[in-house]
Amino acid sequence: MKRAGLPPNPDPVLNQPITPELVRKHGLLPGEIEQVRGHLGRDPTLTELGIFSVMWSEHCSYKNTRPLLKGFPTEKVGATADFGRVLVRAGEENAGIIDVGDGWAIAFKIESHNHPSAIEPFEGAATGVGGIIRDIFTMGARPVLLTNSLRFGELDSPVTRRLLRGVVAGIAHYGNCVGVPTVGGDVYFDRSYEGNPLVNALCLGTLRHDQIRKGRATGLGNPVYYVGAATGRDGLGGAAFASRELSAESAADRPAVQKGDPFMEKLLIEACLEMMAVPGLVVGIQDMGAAGLTCSTCETASRGGAGIEIELDRVPQREPGMNSYEIMLSESQERMLVIVQAGREREIEDVFAKWDLHAARVGSVTDTGRMLVRHHGIDVADIPASALTDGAPVYQREATRPAYLDETSRWTPAAAGLPDLDLAGVQAALPRLLWNPTIASKRWIYRQYDHMVQHGTVVEPGSDAAVVRLRLGAGEKFIAISNDCNGRYCYLNPRRGAMIAMVECLRNLVCSGATPLAMTDNLNFGNPYKPENFYQLKECVAGLAEACRFFDVPVVGGNVSLYNESPEGAIDPTPTVSVVGFIEDEAHITRQFVRVAGVRLILLGGAPTELGGSQFLGIVHRKKTGDAPAVDFAAERSLQDLLLGQIRAGRVGAAHDLSEGGLLVAVCEMLFGHDNLGAALDLSALESARQDALLFGESQGRVVISVAGADVQAVLAAARASGVPADPIGEVTAGVRFAVRTATASHEWSVPGLRAGWETSIETAMKRPGLG
Amino acid sequence: MNIAVLQFPGSNCDQDAFQLFAGGLGLPTRFVWHKDTRLGEADLVVLPGGFAYGDYLRCGAIARFSPVMAAVGEYARRGGLVLGICNGFQILCEAGLLPGALIRNSSLEFRCMTCGLAVEDAGPAFNPGTLGARIRLPIGHGEGNYRIDEAGRERLAANRQVILRYVDNPNGSLDNIAGVRNEAGNVFGMMPHPDRAFERFHPSRDGISVARAILSVRHPDLVRKTA
Repeated sequence: MKRAGLPPNPDPVLNQPITPELVRKHGLLPGEIEQVRGHLGRDPTLTELGIFSVMWSEHCSYKNTRPLLKGFPTEKVGATADFGRVLVRAGEENAGIIDVGDGWAIAFKIESHNHPSAIEPFEGAATGVGGIIRDIFTMGARPVLLTNSLRFGELDSPVTRRLLRGVVAGIAHYGNCVGVPTVGGDVYFDRSYEGNPLVNALCLGTLRHDQIRKGRATGLGNPVYYVGAATGRDGLGGAAFASRELSAESAADRPAVQKGDPFMEKLLIEACLEMMAVPGLVVGIQDMGAAGLTCSTCETASRGGAGIEIELDRVPQREPGMNSYEIMLSESQERMLVIVQAGREREIEDVFAKWDLHAARVGSVTDTGRMLVRHHGIDVADIPASALTDGAPVYQREATRPAYLDETSRWTPAAAGLPDLDLAGVQAALPRLLWNPTIASKRWIYRQYDHMVQHGTVVEPGSDAAVVRLRLGAGEKFIAISNDCNGRYCYLNPRRGAMIAMVECLRNLVCSGATPLAMTDNLNFGNPYKPENFYQLKECVAGLAEACRFFDVPVVGGNVSLYNESPEGAIDPTPTVSVVGFIEDEAHITRQFVRVAGVRLILLGGAPTELGGSQFLGIVHRKKTGDAPAVDFAAERSLQDLLLGQIRAGRVGAAHDLSEGGLLVAVCEMLFGHDNLGAALDLSALESARQDALLFGESQGRVVISVAGADVQAVLAAARASGVPADPIGEVTAGVRFAVRTATASHEWSVPGLRAGWETSIETAMKRPGLG
Repeated sequence: MNIAVLQFPGSNCDQDAFQLFAGGLGLPTRFVWHKDTRLGEADLVVLPGGFAYGDYLRCGAIARFSPVMAAVGEYARRGGLVLGICNGFQILCEAGLLPGALIRNSSLEFRCMTCGLAVEDAGPAFNPGTLGARIRLPIGHGEGNYRIDEAGRERLAANRQVILRYVDNPNGSLDNIAGVRNEAGNVFGMMPHPDRAFERFHPSRDGISVARAILSVRHPDLVRKTA
């Protein structure tokens, strides 16, 4: 191998020889550094080694997951010429785009910021929000809503309380200031996330078809602009950091966590949208997220089939004396790369001057196919752009079914001799479930988020799905969005658990009156080099793909976060799913809350019979075992079609699906939206071998709806015609009693008592001292 | 006749305020950029919610120095109608156009929720007779805790300058104060958002009656036309 072909770097520190130790520190395998040498025909410089290490990290290259992700459907089979077409597919750009009709489209995507949030919860979560917003407006879309999906250890730990407080405050700080409403989310507390919380943030934006912008560098000689905040030393190598396991030394990685400035982001959104509205001005645009200037230059060049050369001296810098390695790998926030039509430099500079933002011409588009970086007049990196993107290594990792599954999948309550609940046991179990932080109201969290700015929020956080009115030119459309994933099910049966995440998400949308349109997913898993972890990943992806195909819900984008491990082991596999649904008519919008006494409650889908993986087993018996509940796609489709039909016929007052906590928890949650409503249930006709499974089991494909007395027969007839089990289980009553009769016993609770604990459970836990 | 909605860098409820007046009330409405030094003809100047300049210093402390604020001060001194919503209220306090100050919520957390508000008798335009004794409006702020010194508090009472009080105080405000007017009765500020309470699916439509009540201080005809 010949010596480096580039002249010495102006910073002598960067001229050290590339030793195996240095390669290892950059997270590259011995085989990978040989590939680097192959692409370059020489040894890389240290700057180049840094560039390869971030671009070939899992975070940027998906090197361990790309073959798996190919199994996802990326097109909607049932799309029409004016609705549902995927306009930008998953993986092509920063976010996927789907047609919602009348010349309008939505762009949406979810992304993780797990590792930064574990180390520095406030800034980690805040910059996670900032990053996903940039992914959306770089496509030309105006961001109109945010959601998030959070996982923590249990709240009895002061460390968890510190993380929850910091993450929520960070999301609030960024989202509230930037003026995009946080309309929904999901939160679970489970030991497996102790020390490795999950922070997945989603953004959705709206745009006209003709406003779609791509991250492509084309047109020889077109100028390349750097806009937004100046570059500092923060976030150095964050993408590579996110592609390692967390350890006791991770706190020393704090410089790898970026610091966000939502005010800067707000200005950047407005300036970029204003610039993109000028016809023909912008050739390509990409945000500088993970791997910053490196990723944005080589990806735009590679997609455009062109080359880019940049002069680092022209990059706005926050501190003096930064070398080429630092500038190229910095993950300073709120920066974008823009390729502009040559001759129109003045126009972009005027827009950014109006907003008092940097717009520095840092380079131009070439036809060499190479990414050429100069600093102080010296070439410091010269790499074929495609080597960094398409040339990244791809691995098929080894998968081994984890041994624990043999034991958990065979577990049944009968085989284990688990006693069924007696009268006192049922009485005590309901409040314990309702007051558990995973099931309890998330009010303490969402009241810290501005969920009403932009004045389009129709169904606020706390119902099955958020519903938002989109203002599209002179017209308007309504969408629903829900996030779901029960990691407990995925731990016990990865393939089925992932399917449940999908079908539950779809069910939540249908309960809100929406037809599912498209999904984005965030795959949160442990170290893929451990075969048991890779098995979970592979099975979950297969389950998601199967569900997506069956329900014709294409994947329009997503994110992979591996290495979610603390010294205690990997997290429960958590393939978070977020689906957007479309509401045909505002009149179809349905909430989970009943509003008046006298309406009947009907259980669709039949009596719950399973206990495996339930919160009941976890909370009351301290067990995470059994098989995940069964999934039947055909039955699920019949149920959802029936429900949507009845909602559209105007017969459904409220709808809520059975999920964590089961039937009694679901009915209570329906009562908690209004004061002075109770319910009288008679479950004696429902067949179930066990009381605990009937009342608290989490069998899938079940929904409770409220129906006016006059419509009951029509709903039951429609259910019979669809082959969906439908059982009248009681009615909503005036007053405060929640009375439940089963074949063997009668129970009664006070609704205000149950509700008070449910509403304040997290708030009360958070009043205990946390660390830091 | 027109409504001018100011846009500061970091304003994020500017579109909401615009839609309240343009869509909710059907009035000609336009934006005025913070670098402009003139307001032009305006029947009401609205300072919308948001985080002007990021609110990294004290809320509104930098925005009061924006070029347009000199014109707003002059406009108010000549008797022009001014409404500050949320961050706009904070800016008006910093600019000395309204009495008092807004500090961190007593919970030290941001609060987004819909609040019950008692309408105070603050003059012929803004009172329970024109608005009803109780209204409901959303709030969304981290620094809405209203404070004023004892002398100022007495002046507020003597001049009936409190326009809205929280039924259930969400932020620790002195005397549950949610909104005030100046002594002359032409500058109004409130933490709650009338610009989030005017469409059919909003928690209430009381934002429309609040906007009308303020307009009726100077323009009874205008309000009748939109009624």
